[in-house]
Amino acid sequence: MIKRIFVLLAILGLILMFLPFLRDFDFHEELGELSSQYVEGSVNDLNTQNVVTAVIVTYRGLDTLGEVTVLFLATAGVGFLLRKKKTSKKSRKSSELLQTGSQFLFVLIILTGVYIFTHGHLTPGGGFQGGVLITTAFLLLILTDTNLKINHRILLFVESFSGAFYVIIGLLGVLLIGMNSFLDPAILSLGNFGKLLSAGAIPLIYSLIGLKVGSELTAIIDRMGGE
Amino acid sequence: MISIIIIVLGIIMIIAAFLAIRLKNLLAAIISAGVISLLASVIYLMLAAPDVAMTEAAIGSGLTTIIFIFTLKKIKKGDLDD
Amino acid sequence: MIFALILGFLLLIIGIYGMLTQKNLIKIIIGFSIVDTGVHIIIVSIGYLRGKTAPIIDAGVDIKNAVNSVVDPIPSALVLTAIVIGLAVTALMLSYVIKLYQKNKSLSIDDYQELKW
Repeated sequence: MIKRIFVLLAILGLILMFLPFLRDFDFHEELGELSSQYVEGSVNDLNTQNVVTAVIVTYRGLDTLGEVTVLFLATAGVGFLLRKKKTSKKSRKSSELLQTGSQFLFVLIILTGVYIFTHGHLTPGGGFQGGVLITTAFLLLILTDTNLKINHRILLFVESFSGAFYVIIGLLGVLLIGMNSFLDPAILSLGNFGKLLSAGAIPLIYSLIGLKVGSELTAIIDRMGGE
Repeated sequence: MISIIIIVLGIIMIIAAFLAIRLKNLLAAIISAGVISLLASVIYLMLAAPDVAMTEAAIGSGLTTIIFIFTLKKIKKGDLDD
Repeated sequence: MIFALILGFLLLIIGIYGMLTQKNLIKIIIGFSIVDTGVHIIIVSIGYLRGKTAPIIDAGVDIKNAVNSVVDPIPSALVLTAIVIGLAVTALMLSYVIKLYQKNKSLSIDDYQELKW
């Protein structure tokens, strides 16, 4: 009884804390100064159509590096906690219709994922979305094929290769351009506005991020759900 | 027009949030949480952020629901309790 | 707009109420996920400007005048990262729940009182 009164008081206190924020909030009518600098820089300097991609990969590249590190830590934690014991139960094979259909769909979903993260600078999308789509394709295979064993060495190799290469590309920016350009996409040619091979190293960096996120999330899902 | 859609979806989301916390059946609570993420993805599209909408639709109502259901499966295999 | 902001705060408060009062471990984690979604809606709704379009400059948006016709791109970039990290943290929490259940065979938080003094 006392506990309920305390909980209600805490919730009331929270509402009272948020109320001045809601009352005096004035919505802007035009872009602030930092945002207009990013939009103009993305059009003029970087030749990228998708401004959010330019912000994530170039202007806030160090935050993306930190996020990739946090994902790696979470995957390592899950892999450590849920070690696989040796199970020797062979469950019943699923029907042929299900297996054939899911294998066909697996290829299509991976193709969509690869399309989304290579065109990340032209259309809405990018590395994170494409990586999650690749994980969904593997999830489909895990759910329908009961005797599937995903080779964790290949996942390990893909993930470490993409992570290491991402940092190497960042260091190449420092080597080739100057001291202030870690993760600068101008190391490759900038190209025309709106073509696939434009915007410097941004498609390459985003593809690597997409592969890394996809393989890490697949490792998490396989540990938690696979037999 | 946009405001009306956001109000209607918001009311459904709040009802789903209450249900997700109060229901006794764990499977129904998990599916209500998935419905919240799905409607949030539509609201992100209304607020002119298509990248965030794509990510939330794939992660929130796909992978998060699946991770919860895998946890339930691993728990129920060991014991027949709730 | 103001409705999305109020919706975000309501989800935040319902999530915190759920985390404080429920006893089942999985319900607490569901409450955490609802708090996550609410905070993301708040952040994205701050960057919305009335009448402008998405920050992708393709054939539909005038290039020379792009600054006056797109929405703020910075909150979208922040929330994109935050959603993926939220998923990773939820997966880690759920694997802890599995290990705790294997030890004590109970999903209620009243049975895990070893750290209380």
